[in-house]
Amino acid sequence: MSSDRIIQVERDILSKNDKLAAANRARFRADDALAFNLVSSPGAGKTSLLVRAVSDLKDTFPIGVIEGDQQTSNDAERIRATGVPAVQINTGKGCHLDAAMVAEAYDRLPWLNGGILFIENVGNLVCPAAFDLGEACKIVVFSTTEGEDKPLKYPDMFAVSSLMLINKIDLAPVLDFNLAQTIEYARRVNPKIEVLTVSARTGEGMATFYAWIRKQSSRMNAATLRAVSG
Amino acid sequence: MHEMALCEGIIQIVEEEARRRAFSKVKTVCLEIGALSHVAPEAMKFCFEAVAARTIAAGAVLEIVETPGVAWCMACSKRVEIKQRYEPCPSCGGYQLQVTGGEEMRVKELEVD
Repeated sequence: MSSDRIIQVERDILSKNDKLAAANRARFRADDALAFNLVSSPGAGKTSLLVRAVSDLKDTFPIGVIEGDQQTSNDAERIRATGVPAVQINTGKGCHLDAAMVAEAYDRLPWLNGGILFIENVGNLVCPAAFDLGEACKIVVFSTTEGEDKPLKYPDMFAVSSLMLINKIDLAPVLDFNLAQTIEYARRVNPKIEVLTVSARTGEGMATFYAWIRKQSSRMNAATLRAVSG
Repeated sequence: MHEMALCEGIIQIVEEEARRRAFSKVKTVCLEIGALSHVAPEAMKFCFEAVAARTIAAGAVLEIVETPGVAWCMACSKRVEIKQRYEPCPSCGGYQLQVTGGEEMRVKELEVD
């Protein structure tokens, strides 16, 4: 007689990561730190965008940056050159950051009391979509050199992101880039995604991005106040 | 290749269940994977074999039950089925869709010895 039996499990494959992400989220909230997870394909300009953003915002907010790459500490060094603390994570063969890596890196940053944590994920439009890091939201950086149909080719990433930053907008005229078409494709995948156009090189549109960040910050504070008083 | 990391997650779940429910061999691992989840079933099967080697799930068959993508069409005010995230509503052709199902990635059951 066979002793085979069927065991009902019904557990999420990502449950361990999700639990760690929830713990990160609670820590960020306790520190009043607003965390953004920046995702994109390699070369979309995430680091250049961050270098400009942290330089412009560092006198307003305490800022920390977690940099994820397979190899090198080049990106963390570029951030540190602005005077903002940065921790580099090398994922080796890994194609994405996970919540455990972010927890460990956050320990190595100074206290971000009321500040902003930027997490620059590994350049990859596929895998990082699946892993919650505990961020307030994901920001997908898309550049005008990539082709308008990227949101359709990599729908998961655009579906999980709250904001699409269209970078390298200064190059749009020479590329015959079709902005309306890109936005239409992104909203097919995610009707609620917000869109801003920027150039990390010239600074065009960055002020609007900072206004968006401040809006998220006041929204978080309002939610915290409600939680405290409610 | 995040399927590799997901397979490691599956093995962790199987090992925890083995301790909790006292079994020593796994014959089949049955997953429920939604059509709109972050997983390519073929890549999952390929990675599973590699990750399961020398674990309690070594040699186990990976069975994948695919569940359909389901969305709420805001224009039609009804539930519709979609195969991909960028697909329009099959009734009205619009894109005002809110995904409500088909994103799951779960270990459903195990056949053990």
